[in-house]
Formats: sequence, structure tokens, C-alpha cells
Amino acid sequence: MTTTTAPPAGAQTGTPHAPGPRKRGHRSPGEGRMAAMLLSPTLLVLALVIVYPLLSAVHQSLFRAESGLDADGFVSDVESFVGLANYADLFVGESGRRFLNAFANTTFFTVTTVFLETVLGLCLALAMNRAFRGRPFLRASILVPWAVPTAVSGLLWRWIFQSDGIANTLLGSEILWTAEGNASKLAVIIAEVWKTAPFIGLLVLAGMQVIPGEVYEAARIDGAGWWRQLGSITLPLVKPTLLVAVLFRMLDALRMFDLPFVLIGPGKESVETLSMLAWDESNQLRYGSASAFAVMLFLYVAVVAIVFAKVLGADVTGAKELKLLSKKTARKNRLAANQTQAAADLSNADQKKAEATR
Amino acid sequence: MRQRRRTWQTLLATTATLTVAAVALTGCGGTATEAKSTPKAAAASFEGKGPINYVSNRDASGAANKSIEEWNAAHPEEKVTFIELPDSADQQRQQLIQNAQIKSDTFSVLNLDVVWTSEFAANKWILPLPADAVPTEKMIPATVNAATYRDSLVGAPYYTDGALFYFRSDLLKAAGIAAPPKTWDEMKTACKAILALPEAAGMSCYTGQFDKNEALTVNFSEAVASAGGSIVDADGKPTVNTPEAKEGLNLLVNGFKDGMFPSDAITYLEEQGRRAFQDGKLVFMRNWPFLHASLSATDGSSKVAGKFDITSIPGTDGPGVSTLGGRSLAISPFTPNKATALEFVKFFTSEEQAQKRLALSSRAPVYASLFEDPAVVAKRPFFPTLLTSLNNAQPRPKVVQYGATTKAIQEEAYAAITGAKDTDTALNDMQAKLTELTK
Repeated sequence: MTTTTAPPAGAQTGTPHAPGPRKRGHRSPGEGRMAAMLLSPTLLVLALVIVYPLLSAVHQSLFRAESGLDADGFVSDVESFVGLANYADLFVGESGRRFLNAFANTTFFTVTTVFLETVLGLCLALAMNRAFRGRPFLRASILVPWAVPTAVSGLLWRWIFQSDGIANTLLGSEILWTAEGNASKLAVIIAEVWKTAPFIGLLVLAGMQVIPGEVYEAARIDGAGWWRQLGSITLPLVKPTLLVAVLFRMLDALRMFDLPFVLIGPGKESVETLSMLAWDESNQLRYGSASAFAVMLFLYVAVVAIVFAKVLGADVTGAKELKLLSKKTARKNRLAANQTQAAADLSNADQKKAEATR
Repeated sequence: MRQRRRTWQTLLATTATLTVAAVALTGCGGTATEAKSTPKAAAASFEGKGPINYVSNRDASGAANKSIEEWNAAHPEEKVTFIELPDSADQQRQQLIQNAQIKSDTFSVLNLDVVWTSEFAANKWILPLPADAVPTEKMIPATVNAATYRDSLVGAPYYTDGALFYFRSDLLKAAGIAAPPKTWDEMKTACKAILALPEAAGMSCYTGQFDKNEALTVNFSEAVASAGGSIVDADGKPTVNTPEAKEGLNLLVNGFKDGMFPSDAITYLEEQGRRAFQDGKLVFMRNWPFLHASLSATDGSSKVAGKFDITSIPGTDGPGVSTLGGRSLAISPFTPNKATALEFVKFFTSEEQAQKRLALSSRAPVYASLFEDPAVVAKRPFFPTLLTSLNNAQPRPKVVQYGATTKAIQEEAYAAITGAKDTDTALNDMQAKLTELTK
């Protein structure tokens, strides 16, 4: 980002303009064209690896292979255009039931696992944020579950949850964790939280460690206790980091595939997620409806991401800060830049601009 | 404002030009599936000699490699390269299909699971073989049947597999039962007597594989076939709403209901069943022959070594009907060197090579005569029983959409054995789904 948005030095010196406040987006013609030229390779790559596959999936979702065999018992290889029929089928009959079930499972897993992960991750971060002996060791060991590949952790937990496994031995129970039913849902949630809470924990810890010690010192002098410090200093200041971490986890959880697939098995309705359903359809060579499932999942993820960013104000790209900055006059701009320099990840370009107008 | 618009115009124009250029260059311009020029399958001629690729599942024993080395030594101009696919059958099938769909000539000779035969043949992803390609008359009939699609042989049977019925001979003797049970009723009676013995405390009667998996399709097919029913008839139409199918499914449903099967058998695949039997928790078990070696291990890992024996699986009125596992070799229509491919298939699946491979591999050959060779039997004591089982075996449903079919079967059979649906509802739903799939 930084390199592509930075105006080249030549453009700056070649087109002299009056010093003083300057609005964003108000550039000289040469500068703009140059920026466009420099941006286009990036956009080209994005178009090829994101836009093209996406459009291709949408296109595929409008077709369906002819069913049935011809007189010699051969499959016809013609795909016919069926419009939105693949999408309409998502809501009726057997495939509709499976889709809604997978949709409900996906949502349920996302809500429960992300909530538990956030709570647990925060606790982990708070524990690790204190200076004590062996902290580096603890921090490294907490990262282990995150470092284990999901499929491998699925196998590990499958071993724990099998009918004569450790889980049943410890609990003294005879729960069939890997059969259909609520127990299998619980098994997935436990394994997923175990695996991903460290991710939130470490991101939040990073956020906590940039909070200056003086703030806590001042709070202590003012007589604030631990809880007060947590509620008034720690949580508000790690909120931006926390929101980004939660957003990432939500997007990840909505695409959940490998853990239920390995831990419980494909085709188990209790834990079937949208990704598993799309995989299964494409495995049955029904690429049309598989694409429809995938497009629906994509839309769902996109909607969740947008709503989350809008409602909770998770500042994922730093765009909000840029917008705020651009609205202010140069003087205020400079002040704001100086104030937020430590915390905000301003792009070099804006800093340069602020200096240029000084 | 105008400046900005100009910027955007430049940006869009540049990007668009570059995209078009790149798309044209990389040749990913269109996804439309033009009607393919479909070579009439029957007119396939096997021409072209040269190096080919043999794509297969893993062969840990190294026996397949030995055969290939022998071929390569004799045919330096038509070398065969062994391409190994992942262990998971689903992934193997996916890779094979993807290569066929783009008509890649990378895969020349395909090693196919018997249940994929119909799908690959109906999609013209494999060629029908000439009538004299393989000595079918010497092979176990069920293996030839499994490699046949609509009366034409599309694969050369390579190896096979069938069910074995493992039983605790020591306990049968202790309970005074002379012969192993041949029917489910006899098994129930035997269990009653055996489980009453003090040394059988805490044991369960029987298990198969009942987790929602391909293995459930196998166990369901066997139960239905053993009760005299079938899943699809000779014309490929589903027949699971018959009284025989109901009787078959009820064997499994009642097994769970009456406590004849351990309750956690609903999570059993081959491995879990082996462990339970090996730890002395089961009297009877339906499983594949490959377990025989680990159950007989005398290093202390198996508590039942020397205490068990094998026979054919039970049925309702006599010995049951095993399903058929195994693999066959088929030739891709997209390989340029079809003559070499055909010659290699003939060589690889010949009786001579099958016999040589037996020295290393425990995979059961498709030639009946090899099962009775004393030297072989000494090494693989389960072979005579397996041959009986195979002679009475039936392929799993031969349908084009096998993936969706087995899924529907698993779905409904699982619902029935877990008690989520009663037998009639499950079978009616299964019939409806299969009718849709075999239209």
C-alpha cells in the first residue's frame, strides 16, 4: 500500500504548487495519471485472482448439468442455463433443508466459538501482560495450539473424543462424541476454541503492550483499582485491536471446514457447515449448485464483515483515520498526526504530505 | 473534480487493457462448455506406442513397483511411470476426475476403485476394453461384474476384497458350540450362551462398521443382500422398499436395539472394531481380511491371538453375501499411447504378475486358482475363507452417481440404526432419493 500510494518525488518537484492547505484527491494531472499507472498492476493481479474466479463462480452457479443418461448409458456433457434455479433450490425440498441446516450450524458455530474465544483470549492476554518469570516461555507455549495445523488438531481431538478415549474416561461418561447429535457440536466448539483462543490472546496482548505505563501509573495515583483500570484503560485502549481480531476470527469461523470434517466426519448433519456442503456438492460433480452454495457463503461472509465494521466500527484498514485527517485543516492535520502518530498506523505518504504542507 | 474523473478513467482503461491482454495470454478466456466432439466409445482403437503414466493409490508393499520395473526392463521405449495419489479415496477420485475433465493426457492408465466404474464409464473417462483383453473366465465372477458397465468390460480387475466373519473360537468351544453360526439367528443363540459364561463378562456380541461412512454402505448392502434383497436391480432401478431390504435393515436396527451390538458401535469404522475385538470385548465381528495379521500378532499386542477363527459372514437363511472391494485398471481415452497402455494393463493384471505380487503384497488376487495354492495359503491362512466369501459376493450398487447414492444410503441407514427414523420411513425415503438419482 505504502509504495503504491506514495506520490513519486519527481511529480512533487515537477509540479510546484502554492504552499498551504491542500485537499486530498486534488492532484495535478500528471500525478493522477502516474498514480493510476502505478496502481494498475495491483488491480490487475486482484482482478485475476479475485474478481475473475468470483465472476466465474457466479457464472457457473447459473448452469446445471443435464441429469440422466442417454440410450447407451452415457452421461450427456451439456450444461444448460437454468437462471437462478440453483439458488431457488436452496430454500425448498431436500437440498433446502440441508442448506438451512448448514446455514444454522455455521452461524451457531461462529457465534459460540468466537464469543468463547474472545473471553478466553482476553483472559490469556491479561495473564500474559504481567511481568513474571518464564513469561516468554508461557507466551510461546500458548501459541502451540494455533501453530498446529487444523486437520492435525482435528485428528488429535478425534482421538480424545472417541468412544473409549480420554474425554469419556476422565468424565466417567459414555458419550458418543463423534456420532450425530449435540455432543458432536460441543466437541467441535471445544476443539475450535482450544485452537483459536491463543490467536485472539496474542493479538490483544500486542494491543495491551503499546498502552503506556504512565497511564496506569496515573490511574494508580488517582486510586483506581484493578477492575477500574481494566474497565477504563485497558479495554477501551485495546478495543481497536480486539475488534479486528474478532472480525478476523468471525470470517474464519464462517468458513469453517477442516475441523468438523476431520473431527466428526463428512456428511454428519449436526456439524455440517456451508463450506462442507459446497465441497460435498462439487464432489458429486454438481458444480452448479456447489457454486450457488459458495456464492451464498461469500455473500453471507461479506454481509457479516460489512455489518460488523459499520456497527462496531472496527477500523480494519485505517481508512477512518485517514478520512478524519483529510477533513481537518493543515494545522489541525499536523496536530492530529502528531498526536496519533504513536498509536495509529499512518501511511508514510500522509506523513510526508503533512510535512510538505508544514 | 474533473481531475479525479480523468484519473479514474486512466486507471480503469489501463486495468481493463491489461486484464484483457492477460486473459487472452493465459487462455482462460471462457468457461462455456462447448459440445464436445465425443468419440464413439465403441469405436475406440488402441494405437500409439510410447511412455505412459500409471496413476494409482499407494502400494506400501512395493509389489506394484516390482511389476512396473519388470515391464520397464523389457520395454525401454514404452516406459511406465508410477504416479501415486493421496491415501484418501475421495481425493483420488477428485484428481482423476479433474484430469479427465480437462482431457489431460497425464494419466494414461487409471487404478479405479470398483465403485467408480460406472461413473467413469458413463462419463467416457475410460475406454471399453477389447473382449479378449483379460482372461475373465479365470477370474472370480464378481470382480469381472464389478469392472463391467452395460455389458462391456471397462476395467481389468487388479485385486479384490471381501468380508470375513471373525469369531472367538475359544469361547464358542467353552460354550459347547460346535460350528460357527451361519445365520443371524444362530449368532444370537450362540451369543446368549457365550455371554452367560463367566469369562465373557462385559463382552458384546457383534459389530460391523456403522459410522456414517462408506463402510456403512458396505454393511447395509451386506445386510440387505444377506436377507435376499438388493439395493438396485439388474436395470439399475432402486429396490430398497422391498420386504427383503426391510428385513436386512432390521437386522442392524434390532442389533442396536437389543444390545447385541455395543452401543458405541455407531462410531465404529474398521479400526475401532479391530481394537475392540483385539481387546477381547467382542465375540463376533464383520471386517476385512487385512486385520487378520494384526489380530494374530503374538507379540502381546493382541489378546485374541490363537483364540479366534474366520468364516463367511452370516445371512438370514444361510451364509450371507459379502460386498466386493478392490480395484481395477482402466485406460484413459485422452492418452496418445493407447496401444502401450493396453499392453501394460494386460501384462500388469496377468495371472503370472498377480502370483509374483503375492510374495510381497497381501492384497487378494482376482484369480481363483491362486487362493488354493498351498504355498500361498501357508502365508495367508484366510485365503480359502476369503475365496468362499468372494464367490458369493455382490458389487455395491452399480450406479453412475455413486457418490450421491452412497451418501443417500448412509444418511437413511444411519437414521434408522440410531433410531431417528423407523425402518419403513428410512427405506421409503432412501427409495425416493435413489429413484431421483438413477432417473
